[in-house]
Amino acid sequence: MTIDLALPNPTRAQVEDFLFLEADLIDEWRLPEWLALFSDDAHYYVPSTDVAPDASPENNLFYIADDRFRLGERVKRLMKRTAHAEFPRSKLRHLVSNVRIRERAGDEWQVSSAFITYRTKEGQTDVFFGTNLHQLVWEGEGLRIREKRCLLASDGLRPQGRVSIIL
Amino acid sequence: MTPNGHGDPMLVIDKERHVFNVARRTFVDPAILEAEREKIFGRCWLYLGHTSELAKPGDFVTRQVGGRHIIFARNPKGELRALLNTCAHRGAKVCRERAGNAKSFQCFYHGWIFGLDGNLRNLPDEEAYPADFKARSTSGLQPVPRFDTYRGFAFVCFDADAVSLSDYLAGAKEYIDIVADQSDLGMAIVGGTQEYSIRANWKLLAENSFDGYHAATNHATYLDYLKNTNGGLANVALKGVSHDLGNGHAVVEYSAPWGRPVAQWIPMWGDQGKVEIDAIYERLVERHGKERADRIATRNRNLVIFPNLVINDIMAITVRTFYPTAPDFMLINAWALAPAEESKWAREYRLFNFLEFLGPGGFATPDDVEALEQCQRGYANMAEVGWNDMSKGMGRETPSYDDEAQMRAFWAQWNQRIFEAAA
Repeated sequence: MTIDLALPNPTRAQVEDFLFLEADLIDEWRLPEWLALFSDDAHYYVPSTDVAPDASPENNLFYIADDRFRLGERVKRLMKRTAHAEFPRSKLRHLVSNVRIRERAGDEWQVSSAFITYRTKEGQTDVFFGTNLHQLVWEGEGLRIREKRCLLASDGLRPQGRVSIIL
Repeated sequence: MTPNGHGDPMLVIDKERHVFNVARRTFVDPAILEAEREKIFGRCWLYLGHTSELAKPGDFVTRQVGGRHIIFARNPKGELRALLNTCAHRGAKVCRERAGNAKSFQCFYHGWIFGLDGNLRNLPDEEAYPADFKARSTSGLQPVPRFDTYRGFAFVCFDADAVSLSDYLAGAKEYIDIVADQSDLGMAIVGGTQEYSIRANWKLLAENSFDGYHAATNHATYLDYLKNTNGGLANVALKGVSHDLGNGHAVVEYSAPWGRPVAQWIPMWGDQGKVEIDAIYERLVERHGKERADRIATRNRNLVIFPNLVINDIMAITVRTFYPTAPDFMLINAWALAPAEESKWAREYRLFNFLEFLGPGGFATPDDVEALEQCQRGYANMAEVGWNDMSKGMGRETPSYDDEAQMRAFWAQWNQRIFEAAA
Protein backbone atom coordinates (compact mmCIF):
# COMPACT_ATOMS: atom_id res chain seq x y z
CA MET A 1 0.00 0.00 0.00
CA THR A 2 1.34 3.42 -0.87
CA ILE A 3 1.52 6.06 1.80
CA ASP A 4 -0.50 9.20 1.26
CA LEU A 5 1.97 11.95 2.10
CA ALA A 6 -0.79 14.55 2.11
CA LEU A 7 -2.15 13.10 5.35
CA PRO A 8 -0.74 14.58 8.53
CA ASN A 9 1.32 12.28 10.71
CA PRO A 10 -0.12 12.19 14.24
CA THR A 11 2.35 12.41 17.08
CA ARG A 12 2.22 9.93 19.92
CA ALA A 13 0.82 12.71 22.12
CA GLN A 14 -2.06 13.21 19.69
CA VAL A 15 -2.74 9.48 19.56
CA GLU A 16 -2.61 9.30 23.36
CA ASP A 17 -5.06 12.18 23.67
CA PHE A 18 -7.39 10.34 21.33
CA LEU A 19 -7.17 7.06 23.31
CA PHE A 20 -7.62 8.93 26.62
CA LEU A 21 -10.71 10.64 25.20
CA GLU A 22 -12.05 7.26 24.15
CA ALA A 23 -11.44 5.85 27.65
CA ASP A 24 -13.18 8.79 29.32
CA LEU A 25 -16.23 8.55 27.06
CA ILE A 26 -16.66 4.88 27.97
CA ASP A 27 -16.11 5.52 31.69
CA GLU A 28 -18.71 8.31 31.65
CA TRP A 29 -21.21 6.09 29.78
CA ARG A 30 -21.26 8.62 26.89
CA LEU A 31 -21.50 5.67 24.53
CA PRO A 32 -23.23 7.37 21.56
CA GLU A 33 -20.31 9.87 21.53
CA TRP A 34 -17.88 6.96 21.87
CA LEU A 35 -19.53 5.29 18.87
CA ALA A 36 -18.98 8.45 16.83
CA LEU A 37 -15.22 7.86 17.14
CA PHE A 38 -15.60 4.88 14.79
CA SER A 39 -15.54 5.00 10.99
CA ASP A 40 -18.52 3.62 9.04
CA ASP A 41 -16.60 0.46 8.11
CA ALA A 42 -15.34 -0.15 11.66
CA HIS A 43 -15.04 -3.40 13.58
CA TYR A 44 -14.73 -4.09 17.31
CA TYR A 45 -13.23 -7.43 18.34
CA VAL A 46 -12.64 -9.29 21.58
CA PRO A 47 -11.16 -12.69 20.60
CA SER A 48 -11.32 -15.74 22.83
CA THR A 49 -8.12 -16.05 24.80
CA ASP A 50 -7.06 -19.43 23.34
CA VAL A 51 -6.85 -18.27 19.72
CA ALA A 52 -4.03 -16.45 17.91
CA PRO A 53 -3.98 -12.65 18.42
CA ASP A 54 -4.66 -12.13 14.69
CA ALA A 55 -7.36 -14.83 14.48
CA SER A 56 -10.33 -14.16 12.22
CA PRO A 57 -13.90 -14.18 13.59
CA GLU A 58 -14.99 -15.86 10.35
CA ASN A 59 -13.52 -19.16 11.48
CA ASN A 60 -12.82 -18.73 15.19
CA LEU A 61 -15.14 -18.33 18.14
CA PHE A 62 -14.67 -14.87 19.70
CA TYR A 63 -16.31 -13.18 22.66
CA ILE A 64 -17.24 -10.17 20.55
CA ALA A 65 -16.96 -9.56 16.78
CA ASP A 66 -19.09 -6.51 15.90
CA ASP A 67 -19.33 -4.81 12.55
CA ARG A 68 -20.37 -1.16 12.63
CA PHE A 69 -24.09 -2.02 12.60
CA ARG A 70 -23.91 -4.41 15.52
CA LEU A 71 -21.61 -2.07 17.41
CA GLY A 72 -24.32 0.58 17.08
CA GLU A 73 -26.88 -1.91 18.38
CA ARG A 74 -24.54 -2.77 21.27
CA VAL A 75 -24.47 0.90 22.23
CA LYS A 76 -28.27 1.19 21.96
CA ARG A 77 -28.62 -1.88 24.15
CA LEU A 78 -26.19 -0.62 26.79
CA MET A 79 -28.09 2.66 27.10
CA LYS A 80 -31.34 0.82 28.00
CA ARG A 81 -32.68 -0.12 31.41
CA THR A 82 -33.45 -3.55 29.95
CA ALA A 83 -29.74 -4.29 29.43
CA HIS A 84 -29.96 -6.04 32.80
CA ALA A 85 -26.26 -6.91 33.02
CA GLU A 86 -25.51 -3.17 33.05
CA PHE A 87 -28.51 -1.79 34.88
CA PRO A 88 -27.91 -0.26 37.30
CA ARG A 89 -24.78 0.68 35.40
CA SER A 90 -21.32 -0.40 36.48
CA LYS A 91 -18.79 2.17 37.54
CA LEU A 92 -15.78 2.01 35.25
CA ARG A 93 -12.24 3.26 35.04
CA HIS A 94 -10.09 2.55 32.01
CA LEU A 95 -6.35 3.09 32.34
CA VAL A 96 -4.44 3.30 29.05
CA SER A 97 -0.67 3.04 28.95
CA ASN A 98 2.37 1.89 26.93
CA VAL A 99 1.00 3.60 23.82
CA ARG A 100 3.03 2.84 20.71
CA ILE A 101 2.49 3.78 17.08
CA ARG A 102 3.52 0.52 15.46
CA GLU A 103 3.14 1.11 11.77
CA ARG A 104 1.71 3.31 9.09
CA ALA A 105 0.22 1.72 5.98
CA GLY A 106 -1.61 3.95 3.50
CA ASP A 107 -4.16 5.98 5.46
CA GLU A 108 -3.97 3.72 8.52
CA TRP A 109 -1.95 3.85 11.70
CA GLN A 110 -1.55 0.74 13.82
CA VAL A 111 -1.45 1.63 17.49
CA SER A 112 -0.98 -0.69 20.44
CA SER A 113 -1.65 0.16 24.07
CA ALA A 114 -1.91 -1.66 27.37
CA PHE A 115 -5.19 -1.38 29.24
CA ILE A 116 -6.43 -2.07 32.74
CA THR A 117 -10.15 -1.66 33.24
CA TYR A 118 -11.91 -1.79 36.59
CA ARG A 119 -15.62 -2.47 36.77
CA THR A 120 -17.59 -2.19 40.01
CA LYS A 121 -21.18 -3.25 40.46
CA GLU A 122 -23.00 -4.06 43.69
CA GLY A 123 -19.83 -4.10 45.72
CA GLN A 124 -18.03 -6.47 43.36
CA THR A 125 -14.97 -5.20 41.49
CA ASP A 126 -13.63 -6.99 38.44
CA VAL A 127 -10.40 -6.28 36.61
CA PHE A 128 -9.93 -6.70 32.86
CA PHE A 129 -6.47 -6.27 31.38
CA GLY A 130 -4.63 -6.78 28.14
CA THR A 131 -3.59 -5.08 24.94
CA ASN A 132 -5.68 -2.92 22.66
CA LEU A 133 -4.77 -2.80 18.99
CA HIS A 134 -6.32 0.22 17.25
CA GLN A 135 -6.32 0.83 13.52
CA LEU A 136 -6.73 4.60 13.24
CA VAL A 137 -7.53 6.62 10.13
CA TRP A 138 -7.84 10.34 9.36
CA GLU A 139 -11.40 11.24 8.58
CA GLY A 140 -12.29 14.88 8.03
CA GLU A 141 -10.54 16.83 10.75
CA GLY A 142 -9.69 14.04 13.14
CA LEU A 143 -8.69 10.50 13.88
CA ARG A 144 -11.27 7.72 13.68
CA ILE A 145 -11.14 4.06 14.73
CA ARG A 146 -11.42 1.58 11.86
CA GLU A 147 -10.70 -1.42 14.03
CA LYS A 148 -10.33 -2.01 17.74
CA ARG A 149 -9.10 -5.42 18.84
CA CYS A 150 -8.97 -6.07 22.59
CA LEU A 151 -6.63 -8.91 23.44
CA LEU A 152 -7.43 -10.03 26.97
CA ALA A 153 -4.33 -11.20 28.82
CA SER A 154 -6.34 -13.21 31.34
CA ASP A 155 -7.29 -16.86 31.04
CA GLY A 156 -10.73 -16.38 29.59
CA LEU A 157 -13.24 -14.29 31.51
CA ARG A 158 -12.52 -15.66 34.94
CA PRO A 159 -13.63 -14.47 37.34
CA GLN A 160 -15.18 -11.52 35.48
CA GLY A 161 -17.88 -13.75 34.01
CA ARG A 162 -18.91 -11.51 31.17
CA VAL A 163 -17.79 -8.63 29.02
CA SER A 164 -20.94 -6.56 29.30
CA ILE A 165 -19.02 -3.28 29.31
CA ILE A 166 -16.98 -1.77 26.48
CA LEU A 167 -13.34 -2.69 26.98
CA MET B 1 -32.47 -39.42 56.42
CA THR B 2 -31.15 -36.83 54.02
CA PRO B 3 -27.60 -36.15 52.85
CA ASN B 4 -25.05 -35.34 55.48
CA GLY B 5 -27.50 -35.58 58.30
CA HIS B 6 -30.00 -32.91 57.23
CA GLY B 7 -33.53 -33.93 57.92
CA ASP B 8 -35.45 -31.71 55.53
CA PRO B 9 -36.65 -32.69 52.09
CA MET B 10 -35.14 -30.71 49.20
CA LEU B 11 -38.16 -31.11 46.91
CA VAL B 12 -41.84 -30.78 47.70
CA ILE B 13 -44.03 -32.31 45.00
CA ASP B 14 -47.82 -32.46 44.98
CA LYS B 15 -49.02 -33.43 41.52
CA GLU B 16 -52.71 -32.95 42.33
CA ARG B 17 -52.28 -29.42 43.56
CA HIS B 18 -49.59 -28.66 40.95
CA VAL B 19 -46.88 -27.93 43.47
CA PHE B 20 -43.21 -28.50 42.62
CA ASN B 21 -40.91 -26.63 44.97
CA VAL B 22 -37.13 -26.76 45.26
CA ALA B 23 -35.42 -25.82 48.51
CA ARG B 24 -33.17 -22.79 48.11
CA ARG B 25 -30.76 -24.48 50.47
CA THR B 26 -29.72 -26.72 47.55
CA PHE B 27 -27.99 -23.65 46.06
CA VAL B 28 -26.06 -22.49 49.12
CA ASP B 29 -25.27 -25.39 51.44
CA PRO B 30 -21.65 -26.67 51.28
CA ALA B 31 -22.88 -30.08 52.47
CA ILE B 32 -25.11 -30.29 49.40
CA LEU B 33 -22.13 -29.53 47.15
CA GLU B 34 -20.15 -32.28 48.88
CA ALA B 35 -22.99 -34.72 48.21
CA GLU B 36 -23.12 -33.57 44.57
CA ARG B 37 -19.39 -34.12 44.14
CA GLU B 38 -19.72 -37.70 45.32
CA LYS B 39 -23.11 -38.76 44.01
CA ILE B 40 -23.46 -36.71 40.83
CA PHE B 41 -20.06 -35.65 39.49
CA GLY B 42 -18.47 -38.83 40.87
CA ARG B 43 -21.02 -41.17 39.26
CA CYS B 44 -22.60 -39.62 36.17
CA TRP B 45 -21.14 -39.66 32.65
CA LEU B 46 -19.56 -36.23 32.08
CA TYR B 47 -18.69 -34.50 28.80
CA LEU B 48 -14.95 -34.44 28.13
CA GLY B 49 -14.71 -33.00 24.63
CA HIS B 50 -15.44 -33.54 20.97
CA THR B 51 -13.45 -36.01 18.89
CA SER B 52 -12.96 -33.33 16.20
CA GLU B 53 -10.66 -31.51 18.64
CA LEU B 54 -8.14 -34.33 18.16
CA ALA B 55 -7.78 -34.53 14.40
CA LYS B 56 -4.34 -36.18 14.16
CA PRO B 57 -2.42 -38.86 16.11
CA GLY B 58 -0.58 -37.12 18.96
CA ASP B 59 -3.16 -34.35 19.32
CA PHE B 60 -4.19 -33.66 22.90
CA VAL B 61 -6.19 -31.23 25.00
CA THR B 62 -6.07 -30.93 28.78
CA ARG B 63 -9.26 -30.24 30.62
CA GLN B 64 -10.81 -30.24 34.08
CA VAL B 65 -13.81 -32.53 34.31
CA GLY B 66 -15.66 -33.23 37.53
CA GLY B 67 -12.83 -31.64 39.49
CA ARG B 68 -10.20 -33.96 37.94
CA HIS B 69 -7.39 -32.97 35.58
CA ILE B 70 -7.66 -35.02 32.38
CA ILE B 71 -5.53 -35.44 29.26
CA PHE B 72 -7.72 -36.21 26.24
CA ALA B 73 -5.42 -37.56 23.52
CA ARG B 74 -5.25 -39.48 20.26
CA ASN B 75 -2.49 -42.10 20.34
CA PRO B 76 -0.24 -42.99 17.36
CA LYS B 77 -2.73 -45.67 16.26
CA GLY B 78 -5.46 -43.05 16.13
CA GLU B 79 -7.27 -44.33 19.23
CA LEU B 80 -8.71 -41.93 21.79
CA ARG B 81 -7.50 -41.93 25.37
CA ALA B 82 -8.62 -40.16 28.54
CA LEU B 83 -5.83 -40.16 31.13
CA LEU B 84 -5.70 -38.74 34.62
CA ASN B 85 -3.13 -35.96 34.47
CA THR B 86 -1.04 -36.90 37.50
CA CYS B 87 2.39 -38.51 37.61
CA ALA B 88 2.46 -41.99 39.11
CA HIS B 89 5.58 -41.02 41.06
CA ARG B 90 4.77 -37.93 43.14
CA GLY B 91 1.60 -36.67 41.56
CA ALA B 92 2.58 -33.57 39.57
CA LYS B 93 0.50 -32.73 36.52
CA VAL B 94 2.61 -34.13 33.68
CA CYS B 95 1.01 -32.06 30.91
CA ARG B 96 0.68 -28.35 31.60
CA GLU B 97 -0.24 -27.11 28.13
CA ARG B 98 -3.89 -26.69 27.22
CA ALA B 99 -3.59 -28.27 23.77
CA GLY B 100 -0.99 -29.44 21.28
CA ASN B 101 0.56 -32.42 19.56
CA ALA B 102 2.97 -34.68 21.41
CA LYS B 103 4.79 -38.00 21.07
CA SER B 104 4.99 -38.39 24.84
CA PHE B 105 4.46 -36.49 28.09
CA GLN B 106 7.38 -35.83 30.40
CA CYS B 107 6.88 -34.97 34.05
CA PHE B 108 9.19 -32.01 34.67
CA TYR B 109 9.74 -32.90 38.33
CA HIS B 110 11.84 -36.11 38.05
CA GLY B 111 11.78 -36.61 34.30
CA TRP B 112 9.50 -39.65 33.96
CA ILE B 113 8.27 -40.03 30.37
CA PHE B 114 4.86 -41.48 29.50
CA GLY B 115 3.47 -42.54 26.13
CA LEU B 116 0.12 -41.38 24.80
CA ASP B 117 -1.40 -44.60 26.13
CA GLY B 118 -0.16 -43.64 29.59
CA ASN B 119 2.56 -46.33 29.74
CA LEU B 120 5.77 -45.38 31.55
CA ARG B 121 8.43 -45.38 28.83
CA ASN B 122 11.54 -44.02 30.46
CA LEU B 123 12.71 -42.74 33.80
CA PRO B 124 16.08 -41.43 34.92
CA ASP B 125 18.23 -43.86 36.95
CA GLU B 126 16.03 -46.76 35.96
CA GLU B 127 18.54 -49.24 37.46
CA ALA B 128 17.44 -48.13 40.92
CA TYR B 129 14.03 -49.76 40.32
CA PRO B 130 13.04 -53.45 39.95
CA ALA B 131 13.32 -54.94 36.45
CA ASP B 132 9.54 -55.06 35.87
CA PHE B 133 8.88 -51.59 37.26
CA LYS B 134 8.07 -49.88 33.96
CA ALA B 135 5.63 -52.61 33.00
CA ARG B 136 3.63 -52.38 36.23
CA SER B 137 0.18 -50.94 35.68
CA THR B 138 0.65 -48.66 38.66
CA SER B 139 3.71 -47.00 37.09
CA GLY B 140 1.84 -45.35 34.21
CA LEU B 141 -0.65 -42.55 33.88
CA GLN B 142 -3.98 -43.99 34.94
CA PRO B 143 -6.87 -44.02 32.49
CA VAL B 144 -10.19 -42.63 33.71
CA PRO B 145 -12.32 -45.54 34.95
CA ARG B 146 -14.80 -45.21 32.05
CA PHE B 147 -14.46 -43.52 28.69
CA ASP B 148 -16.72 -43.71 25.66
CA THR B 149 -17.99 -41.61 22.77
CA TYR B 150 -21.34 -41.11 21.14
CA ARG B 151 -21.38 -39.58 17.65
CA GLY B 152 -18.31 -37.47 18.28
CA PHE B 153 -19.18 -36.46 21.85
CA ALA B 154 -16.64 -37.95 24.28
CA PHE B 155 -17.60 -38.67 27.88
CA VAL B 156 -15.85 -39.94 31.00
CA CYS B 157 -17.22 -41.47 34.16
CA PHE B 158 -15.39 -41.91 37.45
CA ASP B 159 -17.67 -44.75 38.59
CA ALA B 160 -16.37 -48.06 37.25
CA ASP B 161 -19.77 -49.64 37.92
CA ALA B 162 -21.88 -47.07 36.08
CA VAL B 163 -24.27 -48.08 33.30
CA SER B 164 -22.94 -47.85 29.74
CA LEU B 165 -22.82 -44.42 28.08
CA SER B 166 -25.49 -45.55 25.64
CA ASP B 167 -27.88 -46.56 28.43
CA TYR B 168 -27.02 -43.41 30.37
CA LEU B 169 -27.82 -41.08 27.47
CA ALA B 170 -31.22 -42.76 26.99
CA GLY B 171 -33.59 -40.52 25.03
CA ALA B 172 -30.94 -37.81 24.64
CA LYS B 173 -29.31 -39.90 21.89
CA GLU B 174 -32.13 -39.02 19.51
CA TYR B 175 -31.29 -35.33 19.91
CA ILE B 176 -27.53 -35.81 19.64
CA ASP B 177 -28.31 -37.68 16.40
CA ILE B 178 -30.21 -34.67 15.07
CA VAL B 179 -27.12 -32.52 15.64
CA ALA B 180 -24.68 -35.11 14.26
CA ASP B 181 -26.86 -35.68 11.18
CA GLN B 182 -26.41 -32.05 10.10
CA SER B 183 -23.14 -32.95 8.38
CA ASP B 184 -21.89 -35.40 5.76
CA LEU B 185 -18.33 -35.27 7.03
CA GLY B 186 -18.95 -34.95 10.73
CA MET B 187 -19.52 -32.05 13.07
CA ALA B 188 -16.48 -30.15 14.30
CA ILE B 189 -15.65 -27.69 17.05
CA VAL B 190 -14.80 -24.25 15.61
CA GLY B 191 -11.53 -22.84 16.99
CA GLY B 192 -11.85 -20.80 20.18
CA THR B 193 -13.25 -21.51 23.64
CA GLN B 194 -15.47 -19.14 25.56
CA GLU B 195 -14.36 -19.45 29.15
CA TYR B 196 -16.24 -17.59 31.81
CA SER B 197 -17.67 -17.94 35.28
CA ILE B 198 -20.86 -17.11 37.10
CA ARG B 199 -21.14 -16.23 40.76
CA ALA B 200 -24.05 -18.57 41.23
CA ASN B 201 -24.85 -22.21 41.83
CA TRP B 202 -24.26 -24.53 38.86
CA LYS B 203 -27.82 -25.91 38.89
CA LEU B 204 -29.17 -22.46 38.06
CA LEU B 205 -27.33 -22.59 34.73
CA ALA B 206 -28.66 -26.08 34.00
CA GLU B 207 -32.19 -24.69 34.49
CA ASN B 208 -31.50 -21.49 32.56
CA SER B 209 -30.10 -23.35 29.56
CA PHE B 210 -33.53 -24.68 28.58
CA ASP B 211 -35.79 -22.12 30.23
CA GLY B 212 -38.09 -20.78 27.52
CA TYR B 213 -40.05 -18.62 29.97
CA HIS B 214 -37.46 -15.90 30.56
CA ALA B 215 -36.83 -14.86 26.95
CA ALA B 216 -39.28 -12.00 26.57
CA THR B 217 -38.24 -10.16 29.74
CA ASN B 218 -34.65 -11.14 30.39
CA HIS B 219 -33.68 -10.94 26.70
CA ALA B 220 -35.80 -7.93 25.73
CA THR B 221 -32.80 -6.12 24.25
CA TYR B 222 -31.93 -9.10 22.04
CA LEU B 223 -35.48 -9.15 20.67
CA ASP B 224 -35.24 -5.36 20.14
CA TYR B 225 -32.04 -5.96 18.22
CA LEU B 226 -33.63 -8.59 15.97
CA LYS B 227 -36.45 -6.17 15.17
CA ASN B 228 -33.89 -3.46 14.31
CA THR B 229 -32.02 -5.65 11.85
CA ASN B 230 -33.58 -5.11 8.48
CA GLY B 231 -35.29 -8.35 7.44
CA GLY B 232 -33.63 -10.13 10.30
CA LEU B 233 -36.53 -12.42 11.06
CA ALA B 234 -38.47 -15.17 9.31
CA ASN B 235 -42.24 -15.27 9.57
CA VAL B 236 -42.17 -18.15 12.04
CA ALA B 237 -43.87 -18.23 15.44
CA LEU B 238 -41.98 -19.07 18.62
CA LYS B 239 -43.73 -22.21 19.86
CA GLY B 240 -42.98 -25.79 20.79
CA VAL B 241 -42.93 -28.48 23.44
CA SER B 242 -40.67 -30.01 26.06
CA HIS B 243 -39.68 -33.67 26.43
CA ASP B 244 -38.39 -35.64 29.41
CA LEU B 245 -35.69 -37.88 27.91
CA GLY B 246 -35.02 -40.07 30.95
CA ASN B 247 -32.17 -40.07 33.50
CA GLY B 248 -32.63 -36.34 34.11
CA HIS B 249 -32.01 -35.34 30.50
CA ALA B 250 -34.63 -33.12 28.86
CA VAL B 251 -35.10 -30.92 25.83
CA VAL B 252 -37.31 -28.14 24.54
CA GLU B 253 -37.98 -28.31 20.80
CA TYR B 254 -39.59 -25.35 19.06
CA SER B 255 -39.86 -23.15 16.01
CA ALA B 256 -38.37 -19.65 16.10
CA PRO B 257 -38.06 -16.71 13.73
CA TRP B 258 -34.28 -16.37 13.64
CA GLY B 259 -32.09 -17.68 10.83
CA ARG B 260 -30.48 -21.11 11.10
CA PRO B 261 -27.45 -21.86 8.92
CA VAL B 262 -28.86 -25.44 8.87
CA ALA B 263 -31.25 -24.45 7.29
CA GLN B 264 -33.80 -21.65 7.82
CA TRP B 265 -33.42 -18.63 5.58
CA ILE B 266 -34.13 -15.07 6.70
CA PRO B 267 -34.59 -12.09 4.36
CA MET B 268 -31.42 -10.45 5.73
CA TRP B 269 -29.36 -13.17 4.02
CA GLY B 270 -30.49 -12.03 0.55
CA ASP B 271 -30.82 -13.95 -2.72
CA GLN B 272 -27.35 -15.46 -2.55
CA GLY B 273 -28.07 -16.66 0.96
CA LYS B 274 -31.31 -18.21 -0.28
CA VAL B 275 -29.33 -20.24 -2.83
CA GLU B 276 -26.93 -21.41 -0.10
CA ILE B 277 -29.66 -22.31 2.38
CA ASP B 278 -31.75 -24.09 -0.28
CA ALA B 279 -28.73 -26.22 -1.21
CA ILE B 280 -28.13 -27.16 2.45
CA TYR B 281 -31.80 -28.04 2.83
CA GLU B 282 -31.86 -30.14 -0.38
CA ARG B 283 -28.87 -32.09 0.87
CA LEU B 284 -30.64 -32.75 4.19
CA VAL B 285 -33.70 -34.05 2.32
CA GLU B 286 -31.52 -36.33 0.15
CA ARG B 287 -29.84 -37.82 3.18
CA HIS B 288 -32.68 -38.00 5.67
CA GLY B 289 -36.00 -37.62 3.82
CA LYS B 290 -38.27 -34.60 4.00
CA GLU B 291 -39.79 -35.18 7.41
CA ARG B 292 -36.49 -35.52 9.25
CA ALA B 293 -34.89 -32.77 7.17
CA ASP B 294 -37.71 -30.41 8.21
CA ARG B 295 -37.18 -31.31 11.84
CA ILE B 296 -33.43 -30.71 11.59
CA ALA B 297 -33.81 -27.51 9.62
CA THR B 298 -36.80 -25.72 11.10
CA ARG B 299 -36.87 -26.78 14.76
CA ASN B 300 -34.61 -25.43 17.50
CA ARG B 301 -33.51 -27.57 20.40
CA ASN B 302 -32.17 -26.70 23.85
CA LEU B 303 -30.91 -29.96 25.31
CA VAL B 304 -29.56 -30.53 28.82
CA ILE B 305 -27.83 -33.86 29.42
CA PHE B 306 -27.74 -34.46 33.15
CA PRO B 307 -25.94 -33.10 35.01
CA ASN B 308 -24.04 -30.41 33.11
CA LEU B 309 -23.83 -30.78 29.34
CA VAL B 310 -25.82 -28.30 27.29
CA ILE B 311 -26.21 -28.67 23.53
CA ASN B 312 -28.25 -25.80 22.18
CA ASP B 313 -29.05 -26.25 18.48
CA ILE B 314 -30.57 -22.82 17.92
CA MET B 315 -29.34 -19.93 15.69
CA ALA B 316 -25.96 -21.66 15.99
CA ILE B 317 -24.90 -24.69 18.00
CA THR B 318 -23.31 -24.18 21.38
CA VAL B 319 -21.82 -26.98 23.46
CA ARG B 320 -21.37 -25.94 27.06
CA THR B 321 -20.23 -27.55 30.31
CA PHE B 322 -19.92 -26.09 33.77
CA TYR B 323 -18.65 -27.09 37.19
CA PRO B 324 -19.07 -25.73 40.69
CA THR B 325 -16.00 -24.68 42.62
CA ALA B 326 -18.18 -23.48 45.51
CA PRO B 327 -21.94 -23.46 46.15
CA ASP B 328 -22.07 -19.94 44.74
CA PHE B 329 -19.47 -20.14 41.94
CA MET B 330 -19.11 -22.08 38.72
CA LEU B 331 -16.68 -22.25 35.79
CA ILE B 332 -18.11 -22.52 32.29
CA ASN B 333 -16.54 -23.67 29.01
CA ALA B 334 -18.46 -23.16 25.78
CA TRP B 335 -17.70 -24.05 22.17
CA ALA B 336 -19.29 -23.60 18.78
CA LEU B 337 -20.07 -26.75 16.79
CA ALA B 338 -20.57 -26.73 13.02
CA PRO B 339 -20.68 -29.05 10.01
CA ALA B 340 -17.06 -29.68 8.96
CA GLU B 341 -17.88 -29.11 5.27
CA GLU B 342 -19.82 -25.86 5.86
CA SER B 343 -19.22 -23.11 3.27
CA LYS B 344 -17.38 -19.94 4.18
CA TRP B 345 -20.66 -18.04 3.82
CA ALA B 346 -22.60 -20.27 6.19
CA ARG B 347 -19.75 -20.43 8.72
CA GLU B 348 -19.52 -16.66 8.84
CA TYR B 349 -23.25 -16.30 9.49
CA ARG B 350 -23.21 -19.12 12.00
CA LEU B 351 -20.55 -17.39 14.08
CA PHE B 352 -22.20 -13.99 13.61
CA ASN B 353 -25.48 -15.53 14.85
CA PHE B 354 -23.64 -17.20 17.72
CA LEU B 355 -22.12 -13.97 18.98
CA GLU B 356 -25.23 -11.84 18.70
CA PHE B 357 -27.00 -14.05 21.21
CA LEU B 358 -24.65 -16.53 22.86
CA GLY B 359 -21.64 -16.16 25.06
CA PRO B 360 -20.48 -13.69 27.70
CA GLY B 361 -20.07 -10.85 25.18
CA GLY B 362 -23.37 -11.43 23.37
CA PHE B 363 -26.69 -9.61 23.66
CA ALA B 364 -28.27 -12.30 25.84
CA THR B 365 -25.84 -14.34 27.95
CA PRO B 366 -24.62 -11.37 30.06
CA ASP B 367 -28.23 -10.86 31.15
CA ASP B 368 -28.48 -14.56 32.03
CA VAL B 369 -25.30 -14.21 34.09
CA GLU B 370 -26.82 -11.22 35.87
CA ALA B 371 -30.11 -13.08 36.49
CA LEU B 372 -28.38 -16.12 37.97
CA GLU B 373 -26.16 -13.98 40.18
CA GLN B 374 -29.20 -12.05 41.41
CA CYS B 375 -30.95 -15.34 42.23
CA GLN B 376 -27.93 -16.34 44.27
CA ARG B 377 -28.04 -12.98 46.08
CA GLY B 378 -31.74 -13.52 46.75
CA TYR B 379 -30.98 -16.75 48.61
CA ALA B 380 -29.54 -14.65 51.42
CA ASN B 381 -33.23 -14.40 52.38
CA MET B 382 -33.53 -18.16 52.49
CA ALA B 383 -34.43 -18.39 56.17
CA GLU B 384 -37.65 -16.48 55.51
CA VAL B 385 -38.25 -17.37 51.84
CA GLY B 386 -37.01 -20.91 51.40
CA TRP B 387 -38.43 -22.33 48.16
CA ASN B 388 -38.26 -21.90 44.39
CA ASP B 389 -41.50 -22.55 42.53
CA MET B 390 -41.03 -24.85 39.51
CA SER B 391 -44.68 -25.67 38.81
CA LYS B 392 -45.28 -23.87 35.52
CA GLY B 393 -47.31 -26.04 33.15
CA MET B 394 -47.80 -28.91 35.61
CA GLY B 395 -51.46 -29.25 34.70
CA ARG B 396 -50.87 -29.39 30.96
CA GLU B 397 -51.17 -32.57 28.93
CA THR B 398 -48.30 -31.46 26.67
CA PRO B 399 -45.90 -29.06 28.41
CA SER B 400 -44.91 -26.06 26.30
CA TYR B 401 -41.29 -25.07 25.58
CA ASP B 402 -41.80 -22.21 28.04
CA ASP B 403 -43.16 -24.38 30.84
CA GLU B 404 -40.94 -26.00 33.46
CA ALA B 405 -41.40 -29.73 32.87
CA GLN B 406 -37.83 -30.02 31.59
CA MET B 407 -36.50 -28.54 34.83
CA ARG B 408 -38.68 -30.83 36.89
CA ALA B 409 -37.07 -33.79 35.05
CA PHE B 410 -33.64 -32.42 36.00
CA TRP B 411 -34.61 -31.91 39.63
CA ALA B 412 -36.29 -35.29 40.02
CA GLN B 413 -33.07 -36.97 38.85
CA TRP B 414 -30.96 -34.73 41.10
CA ASN B 415 -33.12 -35.63 44.08
CA GLN B 416 -32.99 -39.34 43.31
CA ARG B 417 -29.20 -39.35 43.02
CA ILE B 418 -28.55 -37.24 46.10
CA PHE B 419 -30.84 -39.34 48.26
CA GLU B 420 -30.36 -42.81 46.73
CA ALA B 421 -27.74 -44.00 49.24
CA ALA B 422 -29.79 -42.82 52.17
CA ALA B 423 -33.16 -44.09 50.89
